[in-house]
Amino acid sequence: MTTLVRSNPRGHWALWALIVVLGTVSLGIVALHRGESINAAWLVVAAVCTYLVAYRFYAQFIADRVLGVEPERKTPAHRHNDGLDYVPTNKYVLFGHHFAAIAGAGPLVGPVLAAQMGYLPGTLWILAGVVFAGAVQDMTVLFFSTRRDGRSLGDIIRAEMGPVAGGIALVGVLLIMIILLAVLALVVVKALVGSPWGTFAVVCTIPIAMLMGIYTRFIRVGRIAEMSIIGFVLLMAALLFGRTVSQTPELAQWFTWNGKQLAIAIIGYGFVASVLPVWLLLAPRDYLSTFLKVGTICLLAIGILIVQPDLKMPAITKFVDGTGPVWAGSLFPFLFITIACGSVSGFHALISSGTTPKMIENESQIRLIGYGGMLMESFVAIMALIAATVIEPGVYFAMNSPAGLIGTSVEQASQVIGTWGFVVTPDMLTQMASDVGEHTVLSRAGGAPTLAVGMAHILSGLIGGKALMGLWYHFAILFEALFILTTVDAGTRVARFMIQDMVGSVITPFRNTESWVNNLIGSALAVMCWGYFLYQGVIDPLGGINTLWPLFGISNQMLAAIALTMCTVVLFKMKRERYAWVTMVPTAWLLICTLTAGLEKIFHPNPKIGFLAHAQMFGDALAQNKILAPAKTLEEMSRVVFNDYVDMALAAAFVAVVLAMLVFGIASIRKALGTIRITATEVGDLGGRTVRA
Amino acid sequence: MPEAGRQLDRNDPAGASAPAAEQGTLGIMGWAVRTARLMVGVPDYDTYVAHRRETHPGEPIMTYEEFFRERQDARYGFGKGGRFRCC
Repeated sequence: MTTLVRSNPRGHWALWALIVVLGTVSLGIVALHRGESINAAWLVVAAVCTYLVAYRFYAQFIADRVLGVEPERKTPAHRHNDGLDYVPTNKYVLFGHHFAAIAGAGPLVGPVLAAQMGYLPGTLWILAGVVFAGAVQDMTVLFFSTRRDGRSLGDIIRAEMGPVAGGIALVGVLLIMIILLAVLALVVVKALVGSPWGTFAVVCTIPIAMLMGIYTRFIRVGRIAEMSIIGFVLLMAALLFGRTVSQTPELAQWFTWNGKQLAIAIIGYGFVASVLPVWLLLAPRDYLSTFLKVGTICLLAIGILIVQPDLKMPAITKFVDGTGPVWAGSLFPFLFITIACGSVSGFHALISSGTTPKMIENESQIRLIGYGGMLMESFVAIMALIAATVIEPGVYFAMNSPAGLIGTSVEQASQVIGTWGFVVTPDMLTQMASDVGEHTVLSRAGGAPTLAVGMAHILSGLIGGKALMGLWYHFAILFEALFILTTVDAGTRVARFMIQDMVGSVITPFRNTESWVNNLIGSALAVMCWGYFLYQGVIDPLGGINTLWPLFGISNQMLAAIALTMCTVVLFKMKRERYAWVTMVPTAWLLICTLTAGLEKIFHPNPKIGFLAHAQMFGDALAQNKILAPAKTLEEMSRVVFNDYVDMALAAAFVAVVLAMLVFGIASIRKALGTIRITATEVGDLGGRTVRA
Repeated sequence: MPEAGRQLDRNDPAGASAPAAEQGTLGIMGWAVRTARLMVGVPDYDTYVAHRRETHPGEPIMTYEEFFRERQDARYGFGKGGRFRCC
């Protein structure tokens, strides 16, 4: 490309003009198309052109003007090179590392849930969000961390905005961690309920991982490739044998679990995995799931490009008004909360200030790794949206609506969904269940099963046809469950460290992470925190996802707002305020979304949305000794009320954290404006300029 | 895989394996292998050895086995490695 620019500038601009035109036309077709169905290729072309233009122009502008990237400046990888944590790393290798670290279940599940409003609102927010918010955040945080020896988000906030702001941000991180683990574990529970095939395969990953762990620790130390191949072969064997398990009643009964059993199993698993030495279970699982994740994402991309499926979901459904069965709430603010990671994810700020900045070879590569990595993540979200919308809308709603709305028989479901204006016959639902090798596809909420059906639809078009649909479906379930559970165990460990650190600041001996007693207590505390919300979600008659996903979305966007506030403050302290709109605009938008959503979750008069209204509805009924479905006893009634207050408190905590950070942000900016000096505290080769305050 | 021939002598680590990155010749396969390894938190061993030999001559260098275990513990440990993962 560079040689092209130099040798033929006119050809260069002609090429970019072509990309802009192609992107605009595709986006126009995607946006204005009404009618039967539209080919997914338009969506892919629109997305890729948007990414190219954003990367070439906006990201370049951010690098050159906003941040002032200095390619001659030494990065921490060079200054602290130890061959271990700090290593100057080839930019493409580091891109892969960074992408593997940021890619998770969020961009896969969020767009699936958002599809209830049609493919268009989700697509537009995924594209606009990544270009102006998500990728900007990832890149800017990566840059600031690189300029500060790869320090963490919490450290940078503490240094630039004061210790109180740093402490509040850390509490926010712990809260998001807890709700994230709960909601992801819930996705797995929802995917595996009453599915012996899936459950068997997922359970098998535990002994397989332990075998891999022992192999790589003692038998052939560090032979990652060998170990991964062995693990993968065993995993596929377990997947194949899962079909036999599901078809053999004596075996199937052992692996047919209900929600509560699965929840308790996952909670127990999280505890054990967090307590055991990492090499035995956690690390090998991580290896297996990372490779499977990246491989499957590539496979899905190839599948979509070759099969070019049609999107059957309308561009916009009537559920934009907030009456949708999958989740409650209107397009604004809840769509922006629901999509979460595919367009902007606060979690990435933790990763961009984690291992990646310590390996950046040159500041000029921050654009590729920070901005480019997030564009790639956004493309994963677009693929998930495609997978969710290639299946019949009627089937989509049958899979994602709670049983409280559509009943438990295919006839009833088909009739109810018919009244919403989507045609689905009972036969179609039965046929779909038998195609994917499940007893039923009704009310399999949580996004993962829908994504799996969509992926099976696309991948069976690539290899195997309908005969392999069941296998592809369970492969997709396994792939999602595997890396979600890896997030659950590693996340529990991180939450444990955070709890130990926080409690340890009061009770000093608790800080010692080597102590077995501390390990057990800390792990138990961590597991109890997210386990509480998981269990509550599982017994929630409205399906749990309904309640927990918006809370997760709010917390994740909240973290992004915190990170972007920090970025804005640092830009002011660097005396680059004329470019601060680049981070201020997305910060303002995220603040508007999270605060509106947070307050609506608390105060909205509709009991489907507002926790207080819901608590009041059940509280009133309880006072009259009446029992409201889905509760079955008075005791369950009071539990519903109690949970509403817990959820409300959590939403209120998120709102409070965001507001506090806003106040600290404004105070820091005012202070920065009041001085003529640069007050940002960067470290390193300063080229003779006075940077330190 | 670059794992072949990694049975290194502590006194002469990295023996014959020339660090490819230093010479700027990272082929597609080398790139893929390094990316895959770094994805799970194991940086390039040859680069580590080259770095130690260059900047800390005479000091002990971990064998690949020690290096692997150190990296594995660091990835999931507290403090510098207390790594977050994403949703």
